[in-house]
This record gives sequence, C-alpha cells and structure tokens, in this order.
Amino acid sequence: MPFIPHTKTEIEQMLETIGVSSIDDLFDEIPTALKSSGLDGVPDTLCEMEVSALMHRRAKEDGQYVNFIGAGVYDHHIPAAVWELTTRGEFYSAYTPYQAEASQGTLQLIYEYQSMMTALTDMDVTNASLYDGASALAEAVLMSVRIKKKTNRVLIPGNLHPFYKEVAHNIVKNQNIFLDDVSFEKTSGHITIQSLEQANLEGVGALVISQPNFFGGLEDVDELTNWAHARDLLVIAIVNPVSLALLKPPGQWGETGADIVLGEGQPLGIPLSSGGPYFGFMCCREKFMRQMPGRIIGRTVDLEGKQGFTLTLQAREQHIRRSRATSNICTNQGLMVTAATIYMSLLGPAGLMKVAQRSHTNTVKLVQTLTSIDGVERVFDRPVFHESVVRLNVPVPDVLRALQAQGIVGGYDVSSHFPDLGNVLLVCATEKRTDEEIENYAFHLERIISKRRLDPPCAVKANQT
Amino acid sequence: MKLIFESSEKGRVNSSQSPVGHVDVSDIPASLLRAKSPALPEVSEMQAVRHFTKLSQRNFSIDTHFYPLGSCTMKYNPRACNTLAMLPEFLGRHPYGPETTGQGFLACMHELQEMLTTLTGMTATSLTPMAGAQGELAGIAMIRAYHDNKGDEARCEILVPDAAHGTNPATAVMCGYKVREIPTGQNGDIDIDALKAAVGPQTAGLMLTNPSTLGVFDRGIEEIQQLIHKAGGLLYYDGANLNAILGKVKPGDMGFDVMHINLHKTFSTPHGGGGPGAGPVAANEKLAPFLPVPMVMEQNGKYFWATEKTIPKSIGRLSANMGNAGVLLRAYIYARLLGKEGMKRVAEFSVLNANYMMHRLKDAGFELAYPERRATHEFIITLKKLKEETGVIAMDVAKRLLDKGFHAPTTYFPLLVPECFLIEPTETEDKTTLDNFIEALSDIAREASENVDKVTGAPYTTPVRRLDDVKAAREPDLAWSKQGARD
Repeated sequence: MPFIPHTKTEIEQMLETIGVSSIDDLFDEIPTALKSSGLDGVPDTLCEMEVSALMHRRAKEDGQYVNFIGAGVYDHHIPAAVWELTTRGEFYSAYTPYQAEASQGTLQLIYEYQSMMTALTDMDVTNASLYDGASALAEAVLMSVRIKKKTNRVLIPGNLHPFYKEVAHNIVKNQNIFLDDVSFEKTSGHITIQSLEQANLEGVGALVISQPNFFGGLEDVDELTNWAHARDLLVIAIVNPVSLALLKPPGQWGETGADIVLGEGQPLGIPLSSGGPYFGFMCCREKFMRQMPGRIIGRTVDLEGKQGFTLTLQAREQHIRRSRATSNICTNQGLMVTAATIYMSLLGPAGLMKVAQRSHTNTVKLVQTLTSIDGVERVFDRPVFHESVVRLNVPVPDVLRALQAQGIVGGYDVSSHFPDLGNVLLVCATEKRTDEEIENYAFHLERIISKRRLDPPCAVKANQT
Repeated sequence: MKLIFESSEKGRVNSSQSPVGHVDVSDIPASLLRAKSPALPEVSEMQAVRHFTKLSQRNFSIDTHFYPLGSCTMKYNPRACNTLAMLPEFLGRHPYGPETTGQGFLACMHELQEMLTTLTGMTATSLTPMAGAQGELAGIAMIRAYHDNKGDEARCEILVPDAAHGTNPATAVMCGYKVREIPTGQNGDIDIDALKAAVGPQTAGLMLTNPSTLGVFDRGIEEIQQLIHKAGGLLYYDGANLNAILGKVKPGDMGFDVMHINLHKTFSTPHGGGGPGAGPVAANEKLAPFLPVPMVMEQNGKYFWATEKTIPKSIGRLSANMGNAGVLLRAYIYARLLGKEGMKRVAEFSVLNANYMMHRLKDAGFELAYPERRATHEFIITLKKLKEETGVIAMDVAKRLLDKGFHAPTTYFPLLVPECFLIEPTETEDKTTLDNFIEALSDIAREASENVDKVTGAPYTTPVRRLDDVKAAREPDLAWSKQGARD
C-alpha cells in the first residue's frame, strides 16, 4: 500500500485494541446516506517508475526556451547550493515553527531573512512572507486603511503591473476600499506630479509607487514620496528586491522614506516554475509593526540566557485574534524564504550588485539591438532597470509565435492591457542572457518582421499547421 | 549558534556565484542609485553551506521525527513528488510564456482539477488559491458574489462554530461580513438549537469543518445543511480535515456548496517550515460560475488558461500568476502514486491510527475529551486532571515530549477543551512509532507525579531551553543590527 506501513498482523492487533472487527466500523458515526458513491475519474495507482516516466514525458512536452520575458517574474541564475540546501528534509518537511525549541533552525533562518530584507529595503521591520507580490499589495492597502482610520481609498499608478491591481482590487473591494488610478505620462511612461495633482484626495490614505514601474522605467521616487507625505498620505512602495542592490532603497526615498514596502520575492533564487510558489515580502516602519499581517520572528533568550528565536507579536494574528486579526493569513511561503535567504547569503552585497548591474547592462544592449531593426522602436524615454517596452509594426502575438518556433520566448504582450500603446512588447534580459542569445533574438525578430522566411523549415508555417 | 552575519568578513566575494561580463549603469541618474551597499552577509559558499546545514539540524521535521500535530496532517512527503516536480522544464517555464510552452504542465493541472472535483463531489475546481486561508477567502468571496448577483444584499453575517480555525472568522471579516459564533454541544457536535436561533435572512453562510477540530464527525450535518439552505444561506466546507474522509465521504454529498482543500495536508505537499501550501477551491453548480481565475480548460486536446472572458462571473484573480504551481505539481504526482484505492486508504489508515492511539491512551489512564465518540483522523485528550494533581500543564508535557524525541501534538487548540492535546498521527506512521509515543506520554505523566520540576523545566535536549516570549514581545528584536545599511 503506497505510503502506508501497516502489516496484516498489525492491522489485526490494532482493530482488536479498539474493539472493532473492521476498519469500516470506524466510520460508523457517518450517516450511511453520505457514504461515497465512488471515485470514477480518479485513475488507478501508478508505481514510482511509471509516474517518473509520465512526468518526464510531460516535461519534455513543455520543452525549454530562452526567456526574454519578465513582467514581474525574472529568469536569474540560481546557485546550485540554494535548492540543495532548501530541500533538505529538515527544512522541507518541518511545520510552522510554533514549538520554538524544536524549530530553531527555521526560526533563526527567518530572523536572518528579516535582517537581510530590512537591510535591502532600509526599513525597520519585515514579516516572514506573504503569498506573492500582488497579494502583498492587497495586504498593504488594508494595512494603510487600518493606519489611516478614516480613509478607504488608495492612489494606484496607472503603470502598475495590471494583475497587481486586479488582485488587490479583488481582495479589498468587499471591505468597500477603492483603488484610484493615476495616469502615467504618455511619452515617458512614468508618474508625474502633474498627474498626481489631478487626483481627488478625499478619503485617500496612501499613494502606491512602483519602482521600477511595469514598463521597467524608473520613477522619480524622491519627488513622489515628498508629494505624498506633504499631503499626509502614506507611501506604499513596490520594489524589485534584486534592483535594490543598485537602486536607492525605499527607506531612503524623499525626506523620510516610504512607510510600507512590498514586492515579489521570486527574483531572489526562486525558479520560474509556471508561476509559483514564490513569496511576497512586506516591510514597514517600526511604528506600524503592530498593523502588519503575517508572522514575525523575534530574537530573545532561553531560561539559561542563551540566544533563541521565537514567533512574536502574535496578538495580530488569526490564531489568537480570530475575527479581529490584521489578516486571515496563516500558512505563508516559508520554504521560498529559506531559498531566498540562502541565495542572498551566497551572493552577498557584491554579487547581488553584479546581478543587478549585469541585468541592466544586458537589457540596455537588448533594447539597442532590437530597436536598430526597421519596424521596432522604443516606446518610453525613461531610464530603465532591466526591462523595457518596444513597439513593433506588426501584431505582437504573431511575432511571439514565430519566435517560439525558434526556441525563444520573446517577451510579454502588453497590448492587451494597454491597447492605446499599439503593438507593444515588454522585453527583459537578465544576467543569464548572453550576447549570442541577444543577437540571435534580433536576427529572428528582423526576419519575422520583414517576413523573410527561413528555409526549411518555415517557422511561421510550422506553427500554423 | 552564531548568526550568518557574524561570520561575515568585509570584501569576501563568491566570484563563482556572481555573473561575469561588462557592466555599465551610467545611464541611471545618480539620484536614483543606492549610496551604500546593503548589509548582507559576506561569506564563502562553504561557510554558507555549513551554516544552513547546521541550522537545518536544529529543526524537528517529518523526515526526522514523529510529528502528531493535530489539524496539520504531518504525513510523509514522498521524495518522488519533489524530484519530479523539479525537472528543469517545469522549473524553467515562465508563467506568462505561451500556453504552447506548457502543454505537459497544463495537462497535469487539468487532471488535478478533475481529480479534486471528483473527490470533493463538486462541479468544478480552481487551483489558484495559494494556501488554505486564501481558499477560504475565495470561497467566502464567491458566496458574497452569489448573493450580490441575485441582488440579495441583506445577508451580512457568516456563522462560524466556536471550535473553528482562526482563519474562518478572520476570512469572513476580510470579505466584509460580520461573524456570529455558534456554540458546540456537550457531545462535540454543533448545538443545533443555537444554530436554529442564529439562522435568518441575514445569514450569508456557514463555515464548517467536518470532521471538526474536536476530532469528531458532526452527525447532525444533514439537518445543519437543511437549516442553512432553507434560510437561503450557503455552506462553506473548510477542508483542513479532509484526510479523515478522503474517498469515503464527499463534502458535496454532505450538502456543502463550496470548499477548499489543503494540498499541504491531505495531498502531502511539504509544509516547508510554514508554507508554501496550496488551497484549491471547489464548488457545486450554484457557485462554480464564481470560481477564481485562471482555471485550466481543454479544447480539442489543447489546454489553455480560462480567464474572465470565459468565466465572466468569476471573483477574478487572487495571484499575479496562477498560484503555487510547483506545489500543485507535487500534489498531482502524489495523487497519481496513490490512485483511486490509495485515496480511500488515506482515510482508512489515518482513522485506524487515531482510534488505536485513542484507545491505548485511554487504557493508560489519559482522559479523552469525547470518550463516547469515535476518533476521526485525530482526537483530543485533556490533561486537566494532571494539572489539578501535579500542577503540570499541557505545555509542560508538550516540551517534555521534545526531549523524548517526539514533536508535540497541537496544544491549547481548540480553546473549548482545557489543557488539551489535539493528536493526529496520520496514516504514514507505523504501529511501533505510535506505541513508543504512548509510552513516552505515560512516562511523562509518571514523572509529573514523582518529580514535577523535571517536567516543568523541560526541554533539556533541544538547541535551546524554554524561551522568554514576554521579552520577545516587549523588546522586539526583529532584525540584526542595521548599522551600516544607512549612511
């Protein structure tokens, strides 16, 4: 029996101890009418060898591609030690560290994670993770409304990741909290003071700033932060953690820094894996820590005075406060934080800086190479971190399909979210992309746009059949 | 043990881990750049490997210890599930890559959706919620969307039994509902009279875990569901305890309208020291149109993501991507290894193990919270008598168990039973382990009457002794000194 160790003799002994004649008798409190009709639709058991063959076949169907796509999820190199260590059974198969004395490994690791994230963002406090960047935004919006008690609106930049906005809206709307769009400047793609001045501030408690924005562009974060603080609004910063090795940390934005900081933790050593699991991070000023959702680890001492770690400030959480908790979150993304902590330790400040710089340099090169092709142009003129939007003179989906036939995932089709921008593609080159890969991308893009065909096989045609 | 920062030496770089090649960031204005590098540790690869290996050894885990944590289903996590979910093609696939780059992955997801739909007795399943609590959020948001869609806006209350997980009331509030608590009767079932008094035109729904967190199957479920439905409310099933009835009873057949499944419990994906989990949400015909997106659909043998375009009444996205894909893959692999028969065996043997332990503990003199009832996959003992006689409380016994090489059961939950242990052995433990645990618990009870200090001073063998939680909360030390991070 898969994963059940009982022998026939043991089963008999156990039934005798209980005083029943069969296992079925143990279900005798369940009304007979409710007993399951059957499991048609669930296949028969496979042994490990068969499942292994099946999964290898499925994996092969997916194939492997050279990624020039980002849009919030980035294809960075992950050192071998990260997942070797993360999948050690002692991390992998442990529970939430409620019994502190039996969980010092996980607890100390999360404390170290908290230390790294506060250093990276230059904030005071961080929690032990949320589900992902988008749901972290929802939690930050709710947190801002708890802090600014008489508000129920938050200003959201129009150049924010469209799915972040959707997710935040879906999660907060039932509490009558609204997200108001601030439009971005058409030629630069960034948020200006002029467009902020258009906003109606009645009932507004916070401004969200995304650095970089969804288009990869860099915002004037100091100016935006000061503008918000001058109007007594909280600043909620959305940042890419890898970028913070290079870019000004949100704790130093403007005169006094951001109030709540969040983002997607995936770039820190988490594989793309079709969308998850990743983790959301969230940091804040010390004065707001009791409004923070999720778990927090504190350093303390044991009864012999020895250093130890434990879950703390739990009076915010659902298992203590129930309906008055700051959030319903319970299980978070612990193992992903384990990977991120090991990733940051292996890279250190210099390594992470190199990842950020190299990704930036590669992206600049990619954009230069692609925009030298007739029919490809840059959309916005702002400096970028490691992503940029280019406009094509042909529909994006056709181009992406043709590129895929060459083993390239060419970027993210932004047209569907921002139809006013035309045929636009969001492209990214992390430190993993080589000069050859960039040139190969440009070679095929040029060929596809100018409708020259490779022979044989014809890429476009092959895909249509 | 030292913090990793204390092994850090300025200027130490792992050049093999860093990218090579030319860099140029001169096009970024200086005002947007970081002035001083962040205080991350500077250690060698070997130092990091040793540090984190040693940290891992300071954990209890399923791979090293019996972990009978009630309501958490700490069963063995088959290694094949991890190995096969980490094939390079799965890890390297971008979530926004075209669907044609993920037909193998999507096929797995589609089959998982179908299996979960069958096992729950529902109409359709969405895999996107990233944990049980997010599954609850989805379910209650769906209930709200259903009532709103009918223009029935007077329903402002969610009923939650007092024994429920804290996530239930917290979720109801996040969805804009008031929470009304329903008491539990003497026998562990819901107090039907109290429920009757609470139900009305203001009732949006009831959230129920069955078997409940008291370790018993609510025998009144048929009457409960009639009551709620008759009043126009809906029933939410908290799938935390699905392990006890997997393949034996379907929540859909019990009359539930919507539910979540904790794949990190019932489908054996790892708990990872606090996640990631996955909390797919399944719904019957009434609520299926409101399921969160994206969902996987199939047409002419091709799989694709269905969004609001196909499911216009959906409550929308709950994640920027599609949820915890890697966790879902592990659950899929586990489900294929178990197969149809294996599903039922999960319930059968988890219930056998729990009832066996319950009887042995009763025989050893421990007091059961519900002695007249069958255990489900878990059960409760109360150490009230031990406390009265010796002063030893449940937490002391929990800590002493760690010295004996066992992770403690869930303590002080549910709050209804004083000095309680909620014990869940799961189906993957063998009889000898259960016997050893029972012996250890009996030893501790004996110690408590012979030498109280021995028990109240525990643990002795763990990396740290009992921790000062009050100090942790009063003088929060939540990050290593930030010196140097800011000029």
